[in-house]
Parts: sequence; C-alpha cells; structure tokens
Amino acid sequence: MPPNAPPDHESEKERQAKLVLRDDTKFASGRIAFFQYFCVAVCLYLVSGFWVLQVQNEEYYWDLAQKNRIRSSPILAPRGKILDRDGRVIVDNHSSFGLNLLRDNLKVENIPTICEGLEVDCDDVLERFRAFDRRNPKHAPFPFKEELHSAQLAFVEAHRGQDTFPEMEIEMRQQRLYPREGLAAHVIGYTGEVSEAELDSAEFARFKQGDTIGKAGIERQYNDLLMGIDGQRRVVVDHRGIEREVIDKKEAVSGKTIRLTIDLDLQAVAELAMENRRGAVVALDPRNGEVLAMVSRPSYDPNKFVGRIRRKDWDEIRNDPANPLLDRTIQAQLAPGSTFKPIVALAGLDTGTVDEGTGVTCTGGETFYGTRHGCHLKKGHGYVSLYRGLTHSCDVYFYTLGSRLGIDKIAEYAEMAGLGRKTGVDLPNEEEGIVPSTRWKIRTLRQRWFAGEVISVAIGQGALTVTPLQLAQAIGGLAMGGVWHKPHLLKDPAPALDPPRKVELDQENLARVIAGMYGVVNDGGTGARSKLPGLEMCGKTGTAQLTSNKLRKAIMENRRKGIPQEILQDNAWFVGFAPRNHPEIAVVALHEAGLHGDRAAPIVRDVIKAYFDKKNRKLAEPGLASPKNPRPGPLAYTRGSVLSSDREGAITGKAGR
Amino acid sequence: MGGYRSLRDLDWGLLVITLTICALGILQIYSATHGTKFGNIWWKQVLYVTVGLGLLWLIANIDYHTLLGQVPVLYVGLIVLLFALLWIATPVFGARSWIPLFGGFQFQVSEFGKLVIILLVARYLTNLRRDHLGGRELLKLSGLVAIPMALILKQPDFGTAMTYLAILGVGVFLAGLRLRHILIVAVVAVVIPVVVYRFDLLLEHQRARLVSFLDPEADPRGSGYQVIQSKIAIGSGGMWGRGVSQGSQTQLRFLPVPHTDFVMATFAEEHGFVGVVAVLGLYMLLLLQIVQNAQTAPDRAGMYICMGVAALLLVHLMVNVGMAVGRMPVTGIPLPLMSAGGSSMLTTFLMLGLVHNVRLRRFVN
Repeated sequence: MPPNAPPDHESEKERQAKLVLRDDTKFASGRIAFFQYFCVAVCLYLVSGFWVLQVQNEEYYWDLAQKNRIRSSPILAPRGKILDRDGRVIVDNHSSFGLNLLRDNLKVENIPTICEGLEVDCDDVLERFRAFDRRNPKHAPFPFKEELHSAQLAFVEAHRGQDTFPEMEIEMRQQRLYPREGLAAHVIGYTGEVSEAELDSAEFARFKQGDTIGKAGIERQYNDLLMGIDGQRRVVVDHRGIEREVIDKKEAVSGKTIRLTIDLDLQAVAELAMENRRGAVVALDPRNGEVLAMVSRPSYDPNKFVGRIRRKDWDEIRNDPANPLLDRTIQAQLAPGSTFKPIVALAGLDTGTVDEGTGVTCTGGETFYGTRHGCHLKKGHGYVSLYRGLTHSCDVYFYTLGSRLGIDKIAEYAEMAGLGRKTGVDLPNEEEGIVPSTRWKIRTLRQRWFAGEVISVAIGQGALTVTPLQLAQAIGGLAMGGVWHKPHLLKDPAPALDPPRKVELDQENLARVIAGMYGVVNDGGTGARSKLPGLEMCGKTGTAQLTSNKLRKAIMENRRKGIPQEILQDNAWFVGFAPRNHPEIAVVALHEAGLHGDRAAPIVRDVIKAYFDKKNRKLAEPGLASPKNPRPGPLAYTRGSVLSSDREGAITGKAGR
Repeated sequence: MGGYRSLRDLDWGLLVITLTICALGILQIYSATHGTKFGNIWWKQVLYVTVGLGLLWLIANIDYHTLLGQVPVLYVGLIVLLFALLWIATPVFGARSWIPLFGGFQFQVSEFGKLVIILLVARYLTNLRRDHLGGRELLKLSGLVAIPMALILKQPDFGTAMTYLAILGVGVFLAGLRLRHILIVAVVAVVIPVVVYRFDLLLEHQRARLVSFLDPEADPRGSGYQVIQSKIAIGSGGMWGRGVSQGSQTQLRFLPVPHTDFVMATFAEEHGFVGVVAVLGLYMLLLLQIVQNAQTAPDRAGMYICMGVAALLLVHLMVNVGMAVGRMPVTGIPLPLMSAGGSSMLTTFLMLGLVHNVRLRRFVN
C-alpha cells in the first residue's frame, strides 16, 4: 500500500516547511525541460538510425532486398548428341537428378549429416566444398552430388523442409550416356566438371566452376558445338521460397548434334577383334580421310566420368599398368617394324637405287658396318628381289637397300608419307612420332649420325616411331597413288577440309610396291592369314621388337631380377587396304605383345570384310539404320558376350542405364 | 473541484496528432496485410481507435483525483490478475500475458497495468509533499513497482516490465532524486547485468535476443533474422520509399510480423526516409504536447500523471523504433498508436485520456 502519511520520525521543523510548500509544478520545471530535450534527442537518435540505413546505405540494402525476392536459376542446355555416320546414336543424354546446396544460409556442420544420409564419402565433399567456397560468390549453389539414385532422391525430398536442411535443392539436368564396355571411348572422350586448373588456363577461362565441359576426345574437340547456351529463369519468391511471379525467362539453346565419320558397325567389329588385347585399330577411307573406326584397347567406361568421377574409380583407371586412358591410335609412338618396308621399297625404286629385278641373297643374316644383322628367317630366304622382299618381309633385302639409300633418303620418303608429324586429326593431344635423320639426330640428341644406324631404320626399327593413325594415313596415301588426305572424324556439320596433299610419284614404281603388298596377302606371303576370297586386299605385316637383341639377351639372363617379360614380346602390326586399285578403306591394327604380325592380320581382315559386306548389303539388315528405321536392331557381327542385348541399348542410346 | 467542462476544453492539438498517427498506422497495416490471412486486421484497428476515443472521453471526465483515490484498489486488483495469469493462462507466443475474452479478443493485463503504475507513482510522489526524494521513499516506491514487474517478468515479458521501470525512473527523477541515489542506482544497473550474465539467469530466448542484438549476423536464419530483414526493409526504402504496397520485404513476408512489432520497418520501406521523418516528427510533437500539459497541470499529481504517460510513450517509441533500425534489442513491445493490437491501442488511448483529464482541469486551481 502506498503510504499516505509522511514518516513519523521527521522533525517538527520539516513538518513546518512542508506546510508552506505550494502544490504546483514549478519545483520540477527544470527537470521537465530536461525531459523535453531528452525527447528531442531520442527522436534525433532514431532519425539518424534511419538516415544511415535509408540514405547512406540505400543501395546496399536495396541489393539485399533484391536478392531476397529474386531467384535466378539456370535452365541447363542439353549437350548435343553424337551420331555415327549413318545417324545412329553413339552418345545420348538422359535425365538425371543432382543435389545442390544453397550457400546463402548453409551451415557447414550440416554437411556430414547430409553425407551420411546420402551415403557418400564426406571428406571428399568437404574438400570440394572448401575449394568451391573460396572461388565462388555466396549465391552460387554448391553442386553436392550428381546422379542421385532413387534412395538418395527420397532422402533429399524427405529432409528439405524448413526445419531440417532447407539448403538442399534438386536440379534436373540432362546427363551424358555413353556406350558401355568402353566402345569408342577414346574417340568420343567424356565430359566432366571443369577443374580448377582448367579454369586458370586460357582455353577454359570463359567457363565457371560447376560447368560441364568436354574433357577428352570429340567431346573436348567439338565442345563449342556440342555445348548449348544455358538459359536463365528469374522469379520472384516469397520468404518461404514459393514462386510468386516470373520476371523473365531466357530459354536454353540446345547444343548441336554432330555426326561423326565413324561407322558403328566397323567400330563394333574392330572392338570385338581387339577384345582382351592391348593395341589399336584405325580404319579410314583413303579417298577423303574419313575415319571409319578407331579403337584403342584396353578401354575404360566413360560413364564413370559423367558428372564427377569417384575417387576410387579414378585411381583404378589411372593406376592400371595397361594405361587405359592412353589413346593408342594417336598417342602410342611405336616402331612400325616391317610395315615400314613398303615406304623404303618405294624410296629404293623412286630414287633408282634398285629396280624390280635387283636381287639380294639372304642367308639368314648379313654383316653391315662391322655388325651382323640377322633376318627373321634364320635359314634365309635365298635369292630375293623387291617383290619377294615385301611378300616374305626379308630383312636382309631391306638392310641392303637401306644401306644403299642412306638415312636421309629414307627419312625423305617417310616424311612424304606423313610420318614424323601430327596428322592433324580432329582430336586433342595427338603425338607426332619420330622419323630419324642426320638432321634429327643433331637437333635432338646433338650427335652425329652413324651410318650403321640406317640398317635398323630400314626395317622399321631403331629410333623410328609412328602412331597407328599415321601409319594408316601413310599407307592409305600410297594406295591412292600419292594423295594424302587429312584424317578427320567430323562429318556433319561438314568441316572445312584442307585440300589433299598430292605428290607426283612414278605410278609404275608405286604399282610395284602395291603388287608386293598384294602378294603379302594373296601370294603366300606373311599375311596370308588375312586373305579374303573375292577381294583384292593388300597388306603388310610387321613385328616390332621393343628391345635390341643385345638387351634382350641381357634381360633373358637376368630374368629373375624382376624385369617384366612383356617388353620381350614383340608388337604385332598389320596394315592393309582394299581393293588393290581404287582403294576404299585402309586399316591398321596394332596388337601389343602380339609376337608376330600375322596375329594382327585377321583383325584388319575382319574390319575390311565388314566394310565390304555392308557395302554389298550382305550385312544383317537390322544393323543398318536409315531414316525409315531410326531404331536399328542388333548390330551385325555380334559375337560372344560383348555385344549382349543390353549393350545394344547402350550403343544406340535407346535403353536406360 | 468542479466547474464546467466541455469538448471545447479538450487538447485538440494532441487529439489531431494522435488520430493522424493512428490513420497512418491503419493505412500501413492495410498495406502490409491485404491479401493475407491478416487481411481484416486494419478493420479491427479502426474499431479499436473508435472504442479508444470513447474510453478517452470517459476517463477524461472522471476527475483524476478520484482515480488517484482508487489506486490501492487498482493496485491490488492488478497484482491479483497477474497472479491469476500465471496460474490459469495458456502461453501465447511463449508468454502468459493474455486473458482470452469473447469473440477471439484478448486482454493483456500488463498493458492496463501501465495505467495503474502511472497513477501509483503520481499518488506516492504527490503525497510526499517535499521537493526532494529521500532514500527510504525511493526504496519503498521501487518495491511497490517491483512486485508487478516481477510477476510480468515471470510471464515472461521482459519488454513490458522494463516500461514500468521507465515510469518509475521519470517519476523519481522529477521528484528530485539526489545525486548519490542516482549513483547508487547506476552501480546497481551495472552490477545486475553482470550477475545475470555470470549466473546464467536469462532464459534461452532472451539470451538469443541479446546475442542477436549484439551480432545479428551470427545466426542469420535464427534469432538475428528479424533484425536483418527489418534493416533490409528500411534501407531498401531509401529516401522516398517504394510506394504503398510496393515494399517487397513487406509484401513477400521476408519481414516478420510487419503489422505489429515491425510496423515502423514496413512503413519505412514503403514511405522512405521522408515518411519516417514525418512520423517521428508527429511522435515528437505528441510527446512535447503531453509534456506541455504537464507544465500547465493544476497540481503535482496532474504533472506526475502527464509525465508518466510521456515517459511510457517515449520508452515504447525508443525501444520499438530502435529495434527496427537495429539499435535496440528485439523486445517485442509495440509502437503505440501504430502497431496492430487492441490492448496496446486501448491502453494508449486511456493514457492519453488521463492527459486530457489533467488538461480539462488546468484552470481550476
């Protein structure tokens, strides 16, 4: 209760003073005035708060308000499809769901929980997140995972509520679907998220983190064609993220579909022929340089690269001693062995060093420049002229021819055929091989050329190295009578092609060399195993040693010291073309550690046979696609388990994964 | 005391200012809520203002000396009601502050408690009949105010409890508080927060509010959210505002409770700095007009009543608007005359009624 009476201990004097006290407000007027000033001060203080926000920082808060209400989301442009020359789908897209994390309100400590829910490796994600976080503005969503499977999708849908992980956002995108079993994997390449190192390079500077680009093969070469232009959609959202209206929308422009010169039928045949082997097959049309098939084995599954490759898969591929990532068609630089002999033979005839009657007696070996060089046939070929030298691949004949020509003449003709430099095929990272010459040796090794070294080069050994594609182009050009077209893979949109390189050669000399190559297959030569009835096929075997005879001997003696046996096994080569006159296809097969060239010959035979069977309509009809039959049935030449029925779907891109 | 009093003797200036602020508030409530489930709130607000005017006239005509005589009854009634609330009321937004009435209307006891505290302070200080306030009286009066404050803190409603302190503070200041008492109070004011912090006496949501006031960015989606969104709303309004019903922060609900506690933020977004200065100017005129009535009051009791009302309105303005611009912690006390809400509106009109009451009797003495 409020006391109504003053405290009783007060003195009488004070009581007196109170009685004269007047009951008015004057006693407090100064304090009331103070309160007035205080009111004004408070109002000014509040106004200054508004001044700071509304006048000094208007733009800052305006931006924040815009970011609150406007959400722009990309409309991802699907990549163009990749078709084979007949319009059959090699690479297609399929819909896939990815998970993004919106970083505006992201709590990093939530990431492990999300990882657990999705059953993914958290360390990997956190590492990527930190790298992403450094480089990107806050509004860019972090691509957490692509290719969510149904259980993961269910987890995300169940936990994206306001009170759990509202930062999760599902994004649907078109994902690449590649053929299974690594079919044509090296030609096509793969796509992937642009890496930090790539972003720093000039070639990829225009992309942003999270973009998917072609990383290898055609996907990289024609990335600009295949990649569409992403669209964008800007919407007004309320505080719950619900769309209120669409501000504007820019549709995505799909990537262009491209058609390759690859023929899926030939590709499949070549892939089958190389099953469980290391090596490469290249088939091209020497009339125009179109690449019909390109196989490098062992291969890998490019589907593993889609989105982001798992670290385990990546380590597996990278650490495979067989090096599946190497595109052997353009990157394996190996001694061509005897497949080089037709070029040496042409050099001999064309320079007049020998003529077709010039003979050599092979006794199984001969001594040149003080060193004995053996022929592959120990008992000797007897009397050998150019024709038998080619058909039976007599080394002594070519040692003799080489020693007479000298290294620089051989180099001249090798370079004329296109060896020693890039073919210029439309694939990234092509290698150029080596054509040794006196100039080459001084320039690269700073050493004088020793005359004796020409003996090895004359039979396609020594420092000479070629890629399978170079060899196919070189022999194809010879078969065409000295017309070399640049190999290429793009058919549509039609690329601007350089005019072919033509060299005026004595056609009679050329015919003699080609006759020798015809004899290799059809006259009991080294390539007799690839003979095809009714087809004038020419070819040349090659057996390339990886080590010199001396080293080989040393290795044999020290076998227990852990030097791999494999390098003792010779590489088998075969190069062939058909028909003999007016050739339509030239094929090179490399079978690493295949021991002898006649092991590679059947591969070339199969591909050439498939080409002419298809041309002559002998190929199983369903395998051919036409505008009337856009969904072709099983390919021809299916054999064994490789092209099982589900694989067909993958090749044609019609079935799911 | 007697004499003829008519409508003519009301403080018309004060009334015009009051109704202008109310009108701006109703327009802003309409702008912020139309098309939502709160769409009919502006209409309720019109009703409250109308009822409030009736109450104002009613209370203005009961001589304030009569009201002061009823203080013991009012005070005991307040304590009983506050006790009853803690026992029977179900929490709304985590606080037991409301007594449900018919038709979905609710009655917030602590709002009407403000009137009781104003009258209590005025009566106590008037009865002292001295020009200076002794320490013993200060303690007694503080104790009387502390009892309802403690009950309100228990609800818990920190903001309203603090407004009681403002009435007490301004009252004892005017009564002639000695310097040494001011110093003692200052020391206590420093010690209490330290003790509270040291022994962790704050509730979870109070601590969160304090933390979010000190660093709103610490938890942008949690307790700091309101302040951040409020500042964005105000800042994006700029000099001239986004226009009526054009504020995206308000219309898209990024700004929470735009029609109640953050009505100033939504007003600032849509009417800009110019509008804000106008409204704050009106509030300042309102306060100065009340203080002017205190100066011309016929006796000390009238002066204390007017100054209590002014103190209460000032602290509401300072805390609510300060909160919107991020210069005060979020306490959840409404902006008088503008925020939607019946209890606050009716209490404010009753308080202004007291001011008119004093005004009507200024020539009597």
